[in-house]
Amino acid sequence: MTAVTQEAGAPFGAAPPSGDAAIVTEGLTKRFRGGQVAVDALDLSVPRGSVFGFLGPNGSGKTTTIRMLLGLVAPTSGDYSVLGLPQAQALPKVGALVEGPAFYPYLSGTANLMRFDAADPAAARSTAGRRVTDALERVGLSAAAGKRYRNYSLGMRQRLAIAAALLGPRELLVLDEPTNGLDPQGTREVRALVKEIAADGTTVFVSSHLLAEVEQMCTHAAIMRTGRLVAQGTIASLSGGRVARIRVETPDAAQAARVLAGLGLDDVRPEGGRVTAELAGHAPERINAALVEDGVAVRGLAVVRPSLEDVFVGLTGEGFDVDG
Amino acid sequence: MSTADGATPAGGATGTTTLGSQARRTPGLVPVTETMRTTERRAPEPTPAVSVPPAGASVPEAVTGPVGAFWRLLGSELGLTFRRPRNVAMLAVLAAVPIVIGVALRIIGSSDDGMGGIIQDVAGNSLMLTFLSFSFLVMLLMPVAVSVVAGDSVAGEAGGGTLRYLLAAPAGRTRLLAVKYLNAVVFGYAVTAVVAVSALVTGLILFPAGPVTLLSGSTISMADGLLRIAVAVGYVGAAMAALAAIGLALSTFTEVSIGAIAGTMVLVIVCQVLRAIPDLAAISPYLLPTWFTNFDAVLRSPMDAGALGEGLLVFGAYILLFGSIAWARFSGKDITS
Repeated sequence: MTAVTQEAGAPFGAAPPSGDAAIVTEGLTKRFRGGQVAVDALDLSVPRGSVFGFLGPNGSGKTTTIRMLLGLVAPTSGDYSVLGLPQAQALPKVGALVEGPAFYPYLSGTANLMRFDAADPAAARSTAGRRVTDALERVGLSAAAGKRYRNYSLGMRQRLAIAAALLGPRELLVLDEPTNGLDPQGTREVRALVKEIAADGTTVFVSSHLLAEVEQMCTHAAIMRTGRLVAQGTIASLSGGRVARIRVETPDAAQAARVLAGLGLDDVRPEGGRVTAELAGHAPERINAALVEDGVAVRGLAVVRPSLEDVFVGLTGEGFDVDG
Repeated sequence: MSTADGATPAGGATGTTTLGSQARRTPGLVPVTETMRTTERRAPEPTPAVSVPPAGASVPEAVTGPVGAFWRLLGSELGLTFRRPRNVAMLAVLAAVPIVIGVALRIIGSSDDGMGGIIQDVAGNSLMLTFLSFSFLVMLLMPVAVSVVAGDSVAGEAGGGTLRYLLAAPAGRTRLLAVKYLNAVVFGYAVTAVVAVSALVTGLILFPAGPVTLLSGSTISMADGLLRIAVAVGYVGAAMAALAAIGLALSTFTEVSIGAIAGTMVLVIVCQVLRAIPDLAAISPYLLPTWFTNFDAVLRSPMDAGALGEGLLVFGAYILLFGSIAWARFSGKDITS
């Protein structure tokens, strides 16, 4: 995806000024008045062209970090860089959705987008109408473009907020909980949209507490816990830290456990009607054959790969708001 | 518009488009204006792609862009203010008051022969209704209208959450504050003008036109009278602008717009009360509303420029002081709404 970025930039003969990172933070810290530390020495590195999942329980500092990146909140200490540019130059290239949609209830969808476009000093008035129409079309709001925001459903409001983030040509999209309030259909559409945008080479920074969502959409992820970064890397490297297990469903749990142990599998755990063990390179079909040969009634056999969720719960501990 | 549309296919041909990648390509329409557009504006416009614009792209933008963009944002702000039903309703009420006063005076004037001084003045000349309306409205109703718009300016956006999106756009804090203040000033002048025009029209319909007799007894021509109304509008508008600076400053301290609005109005009322206490006459010159009524200097003969100038100086000081407070607060504020 980085290649796409450079290819598209090629006609101008300019290399991305910040190298390969869309967002870099170094020791970024925010202590609010009253002493509460919302973000604590955050070292984040978001590669260009990635779809970056920013994860953490509610109140772990995700939104505060995003607010700092957008210049809404001043860091107490530490540095950050967005697209390698000074903030005033970077922000026109950043589309953002922060903590849910916020619009003027008495204006229509179109008028609302025109309003925010007018606020961007880098956006041309002459192309505003077309860009607004395009953005509304992209999120499927064309039919409701003339309707007052007041009368929008929650899902439509969320879509309008995404449309606002897509108003101009963006190099970075910051989406804070983009699927909040959307129905399953809308959630799928947002996922598809994010993938489509990312395919164009735009870096997407998605904060979420929906782990399955991140697993499906993202190439990279970082995990926050009480203001601190506990892990970051590619999705594969994050979930690769845990080994796959085999799960055998059988009424003869004890015997199955013996067979598995006999095959040299580690950490064999018989639990009622099932036995699980670390797979560690063994071929599941061989294990099945061995079980059947030994007369174990196999009702089900599955390889359980650790989901991101397992990783996150392991890293962030209890109280993680998995499904919001 | 056609040139802008023309710029799209040029970009679409070179890179992947971010917006509407499947549609919106009109091949064959590579416009002559393309090169002009590319140099004149920022690069992402011709290429709605993810590409990085050349480093020089921001240079022409810096030359022509900011001023136009500032006016565009101000236009957007004014559009919001003057289309908002609440604000239009306030203007309508302010327009109605001079009509009510005029009709009332007309009825009193025709039924009663022993007319009082002011009533006689108004009934005697159509232009006097404007000054009478100002003196009725400038102490409370006009400040209320201005307080609503100025107090709502930043707090309303913060409360609605739109402030974070404006600043992320990025509107720029100083720029947004300047736009908000100018908007409130324009509204203050609109309030003043609405009262003046309504009173003038009502006066011309209900009372005889002609030379105006001033407070000092001398008479001036009607044209001179209109000029003096214009000066009064300028002065009262400046008074409202000073009040707007207070409203704006309070507005940067809260996310509840009604708080900033009420705060500004309470300030005006407290000042009136303090002025009414004879023992506190010493502080009266420092209170903003004291200077609101100085517009009557235009009714002296010759016009009392000194009184007007003094008032304008006070307004300027208030604008500077509260403008600075607003800026100091807003430029460093954490936006957590």
